[in-house]
Formats: sequence, structure tokens, C-alpha cells
Amino acid sequence: MSPTIGKTGAARLNSVGRLMLVPSVGALLTWMVIPLAITIWLSFQDYRLLDADQRHFAGLANYRGLFADPAFAGAILNTLLLILFVLAATIFGGILIALLVEAARIGRSLLRVLIISPFFVMPGVSALLWKNLLMQPISGLLGWLGGLIGLAPFDWFARQPLLSVSIIVAWEWLPFAALVFLTALQSFDAEQKEAAQLDGASGLSMFRYLTLPHLARSITIVIMMETIFLLSIFAEIFVTTGGGPGTATTNVAYLIYTRALLQYDVGAASAAGVVAVVIANVIAFLFARAVGRSLDS
Amino acid sequence: MARRTSLSRAAPATLIAWLAALLVAFPLLWALVTSFKPELDAIQLPPRLRGVDWTLDNYREVLADGAYYRCALNSVLIAGGATLAALMLALPAAWAMAFAPTRRTRGLLLWMLSTKMLPPVGLLVPVYLICRDLNLLDTRAAVIAMLCVGNLPIAIWMLYAHLREVPAAIVEAARMDGARLLDEIVQVLLPLILPGIASTFLLNFTLAWNESFWSLNLTSTQAAPLTAFIAGFSAPQGLFWAKLSAASMLSIAPVLVIGWFCQRQLVQGLTFGAVK
Repeated sequence: MSPTIGKTGAARLNSVGRLMLVPSVGALLTWMVIPLAITIWLSFQDYRLLDADQRHFAGLANYRGLFADPAFAGAILNTLLLILFVLAATIFGGILIALLVEAARIGRSLLRVLIISPFFVMPGVSALLWKNLLMQPISGLLGWLGGLIGLAPFDWFARQPLLSVSIIVAWEWLPFAALVFLTALQSFDAEQKEAAQLDGASGLSMFRYLTLPHLARSITIVIMMETIFLLSIFAEIFVTTGGGPGTATTNVAYLIYTRALLQYDVGAASAAGVVAVVIANVIAFLFARAVGRSLDS
Repeated sequence: MARRTSLSRAAPATLIAWLAALLVAFPLLWALVTSFKPELDAIQLPPRLRGVDWTLDNYREVLADGAYYRCALNSVLIAGGATLAALMLALPAAWAMAFAPTRRTRGLLLWMLSTKMLPPVGLLVPVYLICRDLNLLDTRAAVIAMLCVGNLPIAIWMLYAHLREVPAAIVEAARMDGARLLDEIVQVLLPLILPGIASTFLLNFTLAWNESFWSLNLTSTQAAPLTAFIAGFSAPQGLFWAKLSAASMLSIAPVLVIGWFCQRQLVQGLTFGAVK
């Protein structure tokens, strides 16, 4: 038996390797390709589940209907507004919290436990807790706190429904951002920091010229990962507003759910699904380029 | 002396950090407190912390409801099953990419990551119709399958990162001793990356436990996990906030505890190892 791996050994390793990849690649391909192909196909059909006999090829009618439907434009706008609000809140808040925890001297691991906790809360639970315990206008805690400083009770979900949902989602994702930034801060070169301090750099200029550039890559990654998950926000809307009032909190994910499983309009839902995939891929492509650049540098 | 000045300078930052952390965790802490109050005290404003008849009744009430047990069992089976299945698929793939890399490996890894960019909602209609036609609606198998593939890229990336950190010298030494491939994997590699497998399992289990989109859309009663159980509280059936708080605590407790232990893996897993 040869003690080293010769050419044949490497070749054998590679063929074994290929075999080992089959299950995962197969599962992912099946999962992606088959349903996606069906979605695209159904998007060209006039197909209503309650009236399945009438099913026929409809050309671009579903897409035309979709783009003519103000609810769809609204859903895209809501999706983007929600993502932008949550990204801004979690990145700003996340950096602030990471800097504070990094500077703290007592009980840092307990601080991390407190901060990370919301991330592990089921979306439905966090939505219900915020809606009933905090934001409820009559007996919610926020209303009472506002009353202490003379503010009238505020009916969050009636007056600012999208903002209310966004606040809940931002609370869920703040821990992730904070933890990523904290991890990045801990790999910060201490010598560099000390040198800047000796040179008399102020806290603000240290942040601007040292910390922020150091965090650039983590910020890109937080934006990318959060966007992937935020495009599909569903449970928070499902348990708080049901997409309403009207369509005020209907995002693309929720719109497809209402079209498919509440109105049984498979064709329209599929067309919206195709558009959702296209939007996600455009965003992903843009971010992948940004991340690729920041990973290479 | 220098140490003392740095301590006194750190004191305000420490204080503000603690305030910020408590603020972030406040909704959870508040729900925890509320879950031990009688309903009447729970909706009392200004909120009372003194003179409350602290009680376990809310927990008893939730646990007395058969639906909780059924959903909790479904959550364990679905999250556990999906995670185990994902690991079984991911381990060989991660091994192949770490130890038998080809020119295509990098591209393959990126392609796997890109499947996460596909929003589940784009697949809702066909998956729903396929499950309906195969009589898989409201079965655990359907949800397990969806969650397994959904988490597969993250499992592969995490295991790949752990396998890449195994020193080449150890593997080579085993090969010099004439270890066959299977022995090499089972006796040398597996024990080395066992902690990595454990953390991959925990993070994926957590993600699966909290997943709502597929579990809400593919289940109704028989296979409904805790995410669906909690969603049931959104129907306005009166104000029972203490009971809602207790049910919430019972639904999040397991993954909350797991989460505290795998914070670092969370960062590694969800940033695909790009932030260290």
C-alpha cells in the first residue's frame, strides 16, 4: 500500500467527492428548479382553484393585471419601505450597541445574552407581545409611558400600521446586527487604536476614520443577509394586521399569500411570485457584487 | 493609576450599555413578568409590581390545553427532523468541498448560497398545489422537507468552515498510517469537528423552530407547530394577556436557551464565516 496519495488517489478522492455532492446538489436543484418552473408556467395560466375547469392559457394577462393593480405597486413599495426602515434602524442601533458593549467593563457576556435574546424569539411571538403588551392603545405600556409625559394614547396599528410592523421587525433584527458588529469590533487591531489615541485623535474622528472603515464589510454583510430575510417577512404581518388596514401593511409576500390561499387565484399569485423572485435576484446581484468587492479587498 | 482612570472612564459607557441592553430585552422581560400575573393585574395601568397575586395559573392553563402539547411535539419533530435531514445531506457535501476541492468548488458554494436568495413566497403556489395533490397538506413530512432544503445552504457553509479548519497534517498523518477513506472520516475527522456539528445542529434547529412561512401555509391542525399555535392567539377572543405571555414564554424558552449558547455560531453561520 502506498503511503502517499498518488495521482490515482487524488482522482479517486475527486470521484468520491463528486458522489458525496450528489444528494445536496440534487435536493437544492429539485427544490429550486421544479417549483420555480411551475410558478413561471402557472403565471401564464388563468387558473382559479374554485373554478378549476375554466383553466386555460392566458398569455400575459396575469402580469398585465398585476401591474395595473394598485395593490401590487403598493405591496412593492411596502416591501421596500419596510426593508429600508429596518436596515437603517438595525445598522445605526447595532453599531451603537456594539460600541457600548465593547466599551463596557462589567458583565459583558450577560450583556450579550440580553441583547441577542430577541433574535431567538419566534416572529409571531414578538409581533403579539409588541401589539398587545406594548402598543395596545388602551392598556399597552407605551401608551401609559406616553401619558406620563402628556402624550395622548396613540393607536399604533390604526394610525401608523407599516411603521408599527417595521418597529417590531427592527427589534427582531437589531440583535443580529449588533452581534455581527461586536464580533467585527473584537478583531479590531488594538495597536492601531492606541497609536491613533497617542496621536490625539478624538473619539469622533477615530470612529469616522478607523472604526467605520473597519466595519464596512460587516455592514455590507448585514445588509445582504437582512435583505434576504426581510424580503419574505410574513408572520409579523399575519398575526398583527393581516395586511391591513386596507393594504397598508401588505408586502409582496403577503400579497401572494392572499391571492393564492385566500382568493384562490393561482395565476395572479404565480405572476406575483415570479416578480418577487426577479426583484430578489436583482437585489441579490447588486449586493453580491458589493460583497464580492469587499471580500476581495 | 492608569487602570483606575480607564475604569472611571469606562463607568458611564458600562452604565449606558446596561441600559441599552435592558431596553432591547425589555419586551421579553415584561412578558415574563406579565406571565406570572392574574389577568386582572396584567392589564392594570399603571403597571403594578407590588401587591400582585403572583401565580402559575397562566402556565397551568396553557399546559392544560391539549393543543399546546400537540404543537410543541410537532415543533420538536419538525425542527429536529428537518435539521437532522439537512445535516445528513450537508455533511458529505461539506466534506467533499473541503477535502476534494475542484476548480468548481468555489462556484458551487456560491451557487448554494444563492438559493437562499430565492424568496420562499415565489414557490408557495406550486409547493402548495403539489402538497395538496400528494395529500401532504397538514403533514409534518411536507414542512420537514421544505425546512430541510431551506436550511441546507447554511448547514453546508457552517460545516465546510469547520472542516476547513482541520489541520492538514492530522489528515495526512492518518493517511500515512494507511487509514482508508471511511476510517479517516469516521475515526479522525468526525471527532474533530463534533463541536462544529453540534453548533450547526443548534443554529439550524433554532431557525427551523422559528420558521413561520411554510408552517403557517402548509399546516392547519394535525401538523401545526408552535408558530401556528401562537398565531392562533391573534384572533381577538378577548384580552388574556397573561395567558398569551405564558404561552409565548413556553414557545420560545427552548430556543432562547439554545441561542444563548450558540451566539458565536450564529454570527459565523448567518454571515457564512465572512465576519470573524
